[in-house]
Amino acid sequence: MDTKKSLIHPYIPNSVPEVKEEMLKEIGVKDIDQLYDDIPEELRLRRKLNLPQPLLSELELKRHLEKILDKNKSCKEYISFLGGGCAHHYVPAICDEIAHRSEFLTAYAGEPYEDAGRFQALFEYESLMAELLDFDVVNVPTYDWGQAASTSMRMAGRITKRNRVLVSDTLSPERLSIIRNYCHPVMTVDLIGHHPETGLINLDDLKSKTSPEVAAFYFENPSYLGFIETQGQSIADIAHSNGSLLVVGVDPLSLGVLKPPSQYGADIACGDIQGLGNHMLYGGSLGGFIATRDEERFVMEYPSRLFGIAKTSVEGEWGFGDVAYMRTSFGGREKGKEFVGTAAALYGISAAVYLSLMGPQGMRELGQHILQKTQYAMKRLAEIQGVRLRFQSSHFKEFVVDFRGAGKPVREINHRLLHKGIFGGKDLSHEFADLHTCALYCVTEMLTKNDIETMVIVLKDILSRG
Amino acid sequence: MEIQKNSRLRNFHQAKWDEEIIFELSTKGERGILVPEVEPEIKAIVGDGISSLPENMKRKEPPALPEVAQMRVLKHFLRLSQQNLGADLNIDVGQGTCTVKYNPKVNETFASSKKATALHPSQDESTVQGALQIMYEMDLFFREISGLDRFTLQPSSGSHAIMTMASIIRKYHELRGEGSERDEIITTIFSHPSDAAAAAVKGYKVVTIYHNPEGMPDIEALKKAVSKRTAGLFITNPEDTGIFNPRISEFTRIVHEAGGLCGYDQANANGILGITRAREAGFDLCFFNLHKTFGAPHGCGGPASGVLGVTKELIDYLPVPVVEFDGSRYYLNYNLPKTIGKVRPFYGAFPVILKSYAWIMSLGAEGLKEVANIAVMNNNYLLKKIREIKGATSPFKAGKHRIEQVRYSWQELCQETGVDTHQIALRMADFGFHLWSSHHPFLVPQPFTIEPTESYSRNELDEYLDGLRHVAEEARKEPETVRSAPQRSVVHKIDESTFDDPKKWAITWRAYLKKHGKPSK
Repeated sequence: MDTKKSLIHPYIPNSVPEVKEEMLKEIGVKDIDQLYDDIPEELRLRRKLNLPQPLLSELELKRHLEKILDKNKSCKEYISFLGGGCAHHYVPAICDEIAHRSEFLTAYAGEPYEDAGRFQALFEYESLMAELLDFDVVNVPTYDWGQAASTSMRMAGRITKRNRVLVSDTLSPERLSIIRNYCHPVMTVDLIGHHPETGLINLDDLKSKTSPEVAAFYFENPSYLGFIETQGQSIADIAHSNGSLLVVGVDPLSLGVLKPPSQYGADIACGDIQGLGNHMLYGGSLGGFIATRDEERFVMEYPSRLFGIAKTSVEGEWGFGDVAYMRTSFGGREKGKEFVGTAAALYGISAAVYLSLMGPQGMRELGQHILQKTQYAMKRLAEIQGVRLRFQSSHFKEFVVDFRGAGKPVREINHRLLHKGIFGGKDLSHEFADLHTCALYCVTEMLTKNDIETMVIVLKDILSRG
Repeated sequence: MEIQKNSRLRNFHQAKWDEEIIFELSTKGERGILVPEVEPEIKAIVGDGISSLPENMKRKEPPALPEVAQMRVLKHFLRLSQQNLGADLNIDVGQGTCTVKYNPKVNETFASSKKATALHPSQDESTVQGALQIMYEMDLFFREISGLDRFTLQPSSGSHAIMTMASIIRKYHELRGEGSERDEIITTIFSHPSDAAAAAVKGYKVVTIYHNPEGMPDIEALKKAVSKRTAGLFITNPEDTGIFNPRISEFTRIVHEAGGLCGYDQANANGILGITRAREAGFDLCFFNLHKTFGAPHGCGGPASGVLGVTKELIDYLPVPVVEFDGSRYYLNYNLPKTIGKVRPFYGAFPVILKSYAWIMSLGAEGLKEVANIAVMNNNYLLKKIREIKGATSPFKAGKHRIEQVRYSWQELCQETGVDTHQIALRMADFGFHLWSSHHPFLVPQPFTIEPTESYSRNELDEYLDGLRHVAEEARKEPETVRSAPQRSVVHKIDESTFDDPKKWAITWRAYLKKHGKPSK
């Protein structure tokens, strides 16, 4: 630090004046400033940055950070019905144990020799996801579902050499915005309508919008609004007869009970791994997956790292490495497929641990548990006067509650729920014009029957008062 | 070759468990974790939950995941972790351009707190004032560090920030009626591959400027490259060579005069914190990687964050929302009239942002400058010592100083011994070190890139130097030892022949079984 104080920051060992002096002598300069002699004076900042006073001791830093974080109220303190792309699921202790290991947490980009561990862990991640999705190829995670869906569209565009995608209009508006930005100006994105009673895709609208330029159809199952799309195979058939691909977004937590998209005709599946052993972290712990069949025309269009398994010079030893590395932007800069870089590897490792712990039975039981709780919550809510369920379909984990009959806006209802320690479902009034009286409720294994009952009682009370 | 007596090199051997693939550990019926059953009253009312699913959407065959008891799963992944070399364990100066530095443990405690882990992004703003405050203050910190006027914390990495810059630049020209005319992004060959690749994603033709004999991006080539088609410039400074481009203001001026915008790739800014800024050099946009310069861990390749700043004129184009403060309360603002929309769900990689916030708060202004100073001193110390190793050179700018890293060359050693940079890197692994070559293409022959940061003591730097010296000497005396390396790492020479062969590559275990059959092991 400033020499007059001669304070040595614990993160900067060579600040010790004697060490510094010896090293500068070795370099052959008198002071460090001489090392910046390439930087023109007019570009030099000759004043101190205006930043807050540092909290030099770890104790002071901890006190400060904890004070700020304590302002937050978490889903451990409140009963939460929030979902919509990030949800409160149980994270097994072993997921945290592994994700916090220094060897993984602080590693980056070593070779598949001294970093064999991360290559194997991520290969296993790919392999475990492949079983869940019933596809033979899965990427090393990209940023999130939005990116995974966007890249799936661009892959479809390159594979079919077409430039238009048709997307279900029940997508999360956030995700749609990400897709639109990522596709522009190379591909255009048009919406497919849905049946207002069920939420299911309107096949007539789909057919009428289909054209020879369509590279892919995209919908999500379960949808952002929670209902289960049952016409997957019909949609796949329409896509394929048009020479288009079918891309389906999916919540991996549903796949112990729900059929994976590959089994009703999808060519590409995508989604997010946050729920697989990763905490919510204010929506900051997302990771996107993309899965396909093991066909060269698909594999060669992935922008992501794809870790493969191989033999080594020692009999019986497993080795790993990059499959088709030169297709990536690391290999070919702008001639590579899109771009690749640091994304969400550690969350992939947590997901690998999670799926290894859960196994086939765990995933089925969890899927069943969520289905039962969802159905129960739906039933209990629908019994309340002024409340109705928006879509008459089967649902997984999330569902739309319509408060039109209650005569109160969702904002006000949620405000009152908040005062009783409940995060009500996500307000959809800003997201869909025809759902302006609706909220998206999410139910996971983290909610008990009592939590649901508490919410029902409070909600009844709120709606019965004027 | 034996380790010399006065050498600091260790008699190292990495953990090698010869660990199975997780699927090989499966025994039917074993359980790793149990899921609670729903309360009996719920079951009584809704039944098994599955029967009511539409028949054609029921999964018939359970996913063929492995069935492994809890302790064995733990052991498996612990063993894999031991077969990985994190910065906490090695002298991680050999992954140049990556800024692998100390990631303070106390910052992990913040990101592990329930006050962070159990926050849902759609919670009412009144219940996330702490999270919003951290994000808001990070915006303020980065305004000061860069001199630009507003930051978004949304981009998920450096490459993602480049894509976001390209999106903003495109929209800027579109709204001025020049969207289709301005279809070129200019970058330099020593800038990160994503500066070219992420621009191409946004439909841009990429024009790449090469370096002159001094290793500087060729300003004459830039003058020829700019035109009415120029949408913008993406450039790193210092570039991967560690050489600061003193004419950077001319670069931005030339591009501005042609009507383009200038984006500064500051993924790695470790050598210039508090020394020089984007604003003074004339940039309109810039980004920083929190997982590099700002002390957040790399996590084997993410989560990451590329915070992106812009000048006043471009604030309205930023992704939404941005965080605002009205003097008493923090809130999310979605009202940016020209916004490109969203590039990531919600607001950014919060745990990464939180850790970097704590890192900056621990160091302050003087600390950040000391980080840069010591990182640069360490780098020039290594430069001096590596140039003394026979067979190693530092192409370009002989005798000049470098900023935070250097791209070196083993070309002379390779010509003398036939041992190449990749083989040397693998031999370094035998002593517990990483050594990375370079991004493609290899313009510096037989490249290796070293970036010491501020985190490692002189003794540690000297130990790493002993490693380089030892291996270089070994390449002369026993080249076969180097060529056959590693011998003391986790695995031996990998048969890479299948990785580019669609008939043989196996990206998942099930694909391996289909193509190669069950291993006899």
